[in-house]
Amino acid sequence: MRMSKIVRTGASILYPFIVIFGLYVIMHGHLTPGGGFQGGAVIATGAALLLVAFSAGEISGMVRKSTLMGQETLGLLLFIGAGILGLIMGAPFFANVLANSGLLFGQAVLPGPNPGELNTAGVLPIMNIAVGVEVWGGLAIVVMYLLSTIEREGA
Amino acid sequence: MITSFIVENSPALMVIVPFIAAFVAPLTGRVAPAVRAWIVGGAMAITSAITLLLASDVYAHGTRLYVFGAQAATQTIAPDSGGIPVRIMFTVDPMSALMLVITAVLAFAVVLYSLTSERDHTGLGSYYTLFLLMVTGILGMVSTGDIFNFFVFLEILSIASAGLIAFRIDGGIAVEAAIKYFVLSTLGALAVLIAIGIYYGQYNALNMALIAQRMQYTLLDQVALVLIVAALAMKCGAVPMHFWTPDAYSMAPSSITALLVVASQASLYGLFRAVFTLYNVTLNAACIGWLLIVLGVLSMVVGVTMAIPQKNVKRLMAYHAISQTGYMLLGVGVGLAVLGNQSFLSAFGYVAMEGGIFHIINHAMYKGLLFLTAGAIFFRIGTYDLNRMGGLGHSMKWTMVFFIIGALAIAGIPPFNGYASKLMIYESVFAFNPILSVIAMVVSILTLASFVKVFHSIFMGPVLPEYKDVKEVPRPMLIGMGILALVVIAFGLFPSIVVDTLVAPAAHALADQGMYIATVIGGGA
Repeated sequence: MRMSKIVRTGASILYPFIVIFGLYVIMHGHLTPGGGFQGGAVIATGAALLLVAFSAGEISGMVRKSTLMGQETLGLLLFIGAGILGLIMGAPFFANVLANSGLLFGQAVLPGPNPGELNTAGVLPIMNIAVGVEVWGGLAIVVMYLLSTIEREGA
Repeated sequence: MITSFIVENSPALMVIVPFIAAFVAPLTGRVAPAVRAWIVGGAMAITSAITLLLASDVYAHGTRLYVFGAQAATQTIAPDSGGIPVRIMFTVDPMSALMLVITAVLAFAVVLYSLTSERDHTGLGSYYTLFLLMVTGILGMVSTGDIFNFFVFLEILSIASAGLIAFRIDGGIAVEAAIKYFVLSTLGALAVLIAIGIYYGQYNALNMALIAQRMQYTLLDQVALVLIVAALAMKCGAVPMHFWTPDAYSMAPSSITALLVVASQASLYGLFRAVFTLYNVTLNAACIGWLLIVLGVLSMVVGVTMAIPQKNVKRLMAYHAISQTGYMLLGVGVGLAVLGNQSFLSAFGYVAMEGGIFHIINHAMYKGLLFLTAGAIFFRIGTYDLNRMGGLGHSMKWTMVFFIIGALAIAGIPPFNGYASKLMIYESVFAFNPILSVIAMVVSILTLASFVKVFHSIFMGPVLPEYKDVKEVPRPMLIGMGILALVVIAFGLFPSIVVDTLVAPAAHALADQGMYIATVIGGGA
């Protein structure tokens, strides 16, 4: 079962924008509404759009389920890794050792009203990225399984 | 240096290790299943070791606090938080430590067992992931000091358990049991969440110690209490909310059923924690105490009477699990009913609580053992139907020995551990109300009768022709069962040592709300 050419072209044009918006939500999780989970879910809706516009068979030819599964695992391990970073630095688990350290995401937050600086908040952005990667993989795989079953029954 | 690091960070490490292993295991499984088995077994061994280390530390030096993300692990109140403990923390007091010991021992025995018993199944990557997540959920539930965090771990546990109950699809029957369990767990978890919302709305706090300190026992608190007690009593399988238990226990793989027993005990722990630590004397102790007693008596009687006519050995054991949960509710309920009265407490209240809590650890051990023996029988003959079994005592000698140990322990026959805790419950409950004690004894006799029947139909009789080639189960499974059998015998032979070192501190820590609050709010003891 395939959608019309208009739908397929529209989906192809929209998909990069959806991904970019999702990545934006993930990256700015510590500054604006949203965060890792929301951004990952946005990207997964892009995957759902592609699955609806094209057939599940075509999509699973492009992306293997095991890749998405690996992505999910990678995100989770990155998240725990961000927590362990605290332990390595001699602080408790999940301690925000990167904040105000001058390293990655380590810039001090400016006082007073300001638009916000991306390079702040320490391990929070790392955790947002980890959750984003995990939810992207996890939800995409859920959607893929759901829609591929529908197709098989319709055929 | 490395040991002090491990001891210092043990509350976090016991959650981190199984978490990492849970997600590394499926990756390595693609390359080499043997490597995965080593990773899972090794991770579980390390987790158990860390957990036991933490528990012994708690018993030696008192309650341990671990504040996640703080500058120092014991800094419960951040300098800029205005005197409120805002961070998620683990508060491991002797009661939590007792639950940690149970989980560590049982989960290790189960992992040894299931590495062999599930060897030939497909989908093992997810199996071990969910298994380790389940262990993580239990460990987190019993050690957290933050009530929202309790909900999170409860959900981790429920989702992982639901997946594992459905692991053997079994023509969809296992999936049905899993859906039943999942729907009920979600309802229960939502009830807990609403209760948490009520506390948060009233007291601006999620930390258990702070809620306990500010507890007023208003009408809303009573609503929250009802929600939390109902939800967690359902999760631990107390009658009349027990209907998911036989399905879930009987359809899950046996190693998972053994772990589900611990999961139920963890929910029971949550129930006791809510009643004793959050409310303590502010609630109407006699009323709520009697509520727990009635739940307990109902569970005992209904559980055992439903167990007697069962044909499926695991359903039968599941009903016995319900019945045994009743003893714990009875013992601790009596302790709660006399909570405000110091003379009653020291006369029989503490003993009743100790009996109930001792029964938690004993039940986990012998019930886990019984479920593992049922799994061993299934592993060889492929059925749980008692009518199709017989004569297995000729070939599965070790399994038979372990089954006898478990069955005598659950029936409360000396010198096994069930006798020790049941005797404490009988004696103390007799001082409170003799009729309850008589009911408890009658239930025990019925339990024995039921297990005599089961034993006879599984192991006795001539060798059946269809089972003449049956062999004993492989050694790792026997070792897993052997660990539990050893604990059952050891606890039965030396009950006074166990009660003095493990159980009595737990019971006193549970009853002493002021100490709990002081440890957290006072900035660490």
